[in-house]
Amino acid sequence: MKVTFPHMGTIDSLLSDLFTRLEIDFLVPPKTSTKTISLGARYAPEFACFPLKVNIGNLIEGLDLGADTVAMVGGLGPCRFGFYAEVQNRVLRDIGYDFEMIVLEPPAIGMKIFLERCRRLAPKKSLWQIFQAVRIGWKKAVAVDEVEKRVLQTRAFERKKGDTTRAHRRALKVLSEAVTAEEIRSAREEALAIIDSVERREQDSLRVGIVGEFYILLEPFVNFGIEEYLGNEGIYLERSVYLTDWLNPGGKKPVFGTTREKIHHAAEPYLAHFVGGEGQDTIGHIVEWAREGFDGIIHFLPFTCMPEIIAKSIFPKIDRELDIPILSLVIDEQTGRAGVITRLEAFIDLMRNKRKKRLVAS
Amino acid sequence: MPKIGVPRALLYYKYFPLWKTFFEGLGAEVVVSPPTNKRILNLGTETAESEACLPVKVFYGHALALKGEVDALFVPRVVSVEGKAYTCPKFLGLPDMIKALDDDLPPVLGTTFNLRQGWRRFFASIYELGSHLTRNPLKILRAFYNGARELKIFDQKLREGSLVPEALGETDFKNLANPTLTIGVVGHPYNIFDSYVSMNLVKRLHRRGAKVLTPEMVPPEAIEESISSLPKSLFWTYEKDVVGAIFYWLENNMVNGIIYMISFACGPDSLIQVLVEQEARKISPVPLMPLVIDEHSGEAGLVTRLEAFLDMIDRKRARVH
Repeated sequence: MKVTFPHMGTIDSLLSDLFTRLEIDFLVPPKTSTKTISLGARYAPEFACFPLKVNIGNLIEGLDLGADTVAMVGGLGPCRFGFYAEVQNRVLRDIGYDFEMIVLEPPAIGMKIFLERCRRLAPKKSLWQIFQAVRIGWKKAVAVDEVEKRVLQTRAFERKKGDTTRAHRRALKVLSEAVTAEEIRSAREEALAIIDSVERREQDSLRVGIVGEFYILLEPFVNFGIEEYLGNEGIYLERSVYLTDWLNPGGKKPVFGTTREKIHHAAEPYLAHFVGGEGQDTIGHIVEWAREGFDGIIHFLPFTCMPEIIAKSIFPKIDRELDIPILSLVIDEQTGRAGVITRLEAFIDLMRNKRKKRLVAS
Repeated sequence: MPKIGVPRALLYYKYFPLWKTFFEGLGAEVVVSPPTNKRILNLGTETAESEACLPVKVFYGHALALKGEVDALFVPRVVSVEGKAYTCPKFLGLPDMIKALDDDLPPVLGTTFNLRQGWRRFFASIYELGSHLTRNPLKILRAFYNGARELKIFDQKLREGSLVPEALGETDFKNLANPTLTIGVVGHPYNIFDSYVSMNLVKRLHRRGAKVLTPEMVPPEAIEESISSLPKSLFWTYEKDVVGAIFYWLENNMVNGIIYMISFACGPDSLIQVLVEQEARKISPVPLMPLVIDEHSGEAGLVTRLEAFLDMIDRKRARVH
């Protein structure tokens, strides 16, 4: 058995770590590239949302390299994501691939099914061993996310361009070598210290929140490395979701800060109900950031994403009442980097002018 | 007498008899927006998010068409109509989307219906809705009971072969008595039976001598039964109807062809289409044509595809005879 899986941000490091712990033979598919996307777009259903297309591209590349098992998470709806695994299975078999598909449905579908699927992935290990591996691997994944968050907040202030990115790489390397819980704890401290040691200059930077659909936010290849771009422009960033936040939506201490209950509460006057995916979170984060005086919001969504279209339909009201500029960027296989950057540049100008006006007025 | 506006869109085609009886039983007047026309569609496409699906845009148009005509707009949040599945994300956010419109719309009247939370919560929702009109819980209960009875009669008519507009009282929408062929038309009733949106698909089929079957005519047990063999259970109720009806017709050899009407940017259908096409092929060689529509669809394009499809079926049948 050789397991492969679709990419999403740093999920490859999380899964590599976990599979190594459980002695599962795995194959990380090649990093997402334009080839991945064109493969996915060729075989995936035409009107499917963009992440599915990229996923299918990843899996094709993984299977071509010799994987014979696909691991994927499932879901209970109403967002389309919950149906991805089923469609991937059908599309790949239709092309002619032969493989085993292991879908990790959320425990809500039945603890028995969930555990049975875990066992299928790691037949040599007991449930207790799996539980321990997940528990310790999880700590590492959280640390990776915390480092990422620190990077987003630091890059705007770096004195020498590129320092933060280099520090980030070093920090991740330190973390990747940690194995035991004890090692992870000290590696985490060390990694955060590496980021904090980046030489800073004081400057009046814009504060921008990034929200939207998790896949586009978490996968730098499909969002054109937008965070690095904005950081280099001297913009302080907060992001609404990190990998572990998404994997564990009920988490008490999410990496993004505050809590999900608070975010949903903030969303209530505008969107009073869960709409699948992160639709309600998007609204809640925007409201919170607007209250904190952020200069603007950048909203990412894949073309035809249902929950985010609902959120986007509500922006006019937020705009009227909270006066915060929002830029929505729709991403799919047709989107080009130049178009996105042009719109970002204009948006940054707008935020700077707005801030200047506010300073003059006060 | 308070006037309550019901947009002639989306779930109007599923539950209107219930809503009408309920509100009238509480002493309100129910005003339905006119059938979709160019003005309504334009209103909707101008105000809704450009990426939203066509039926949501149509809904916006109907809501705006009621502006100034009514005291309140009825836009319920229908989360789930059965324990285990959702409707569609768009229905979960609809009231908030309408409230966010920058327009002097009448206040939105609506409550959350979510059968995932059980019948007690459902009745609490009914009471909440009715309490805007009366304080008498018995009256609310009676109005709901009468409404539910009307809905049952409506569903019964559909099961016995009436088309949705006919069951809603449009007399000129009868199915054919002596058809030369039978075509199954699947998709969402708010697309198929909005004549403007579907460009008169059903009547065009009638004119070609085809009787039309729709998922509403398939008993719910049969739908559940025919989709029970799927490896992953469907978590969208109205997609279950689409898939279940197709399987049921094919397994029982009831149709000469199937037309699957999909609105562009329909999330659930974009994935379900793969499943339907693969599974249908396994059951039977009866042809299946997906027909994607949006606000730019032209009548000529639809007519051409429809005729080609029907000609193909005719040829196929001639060969068999």
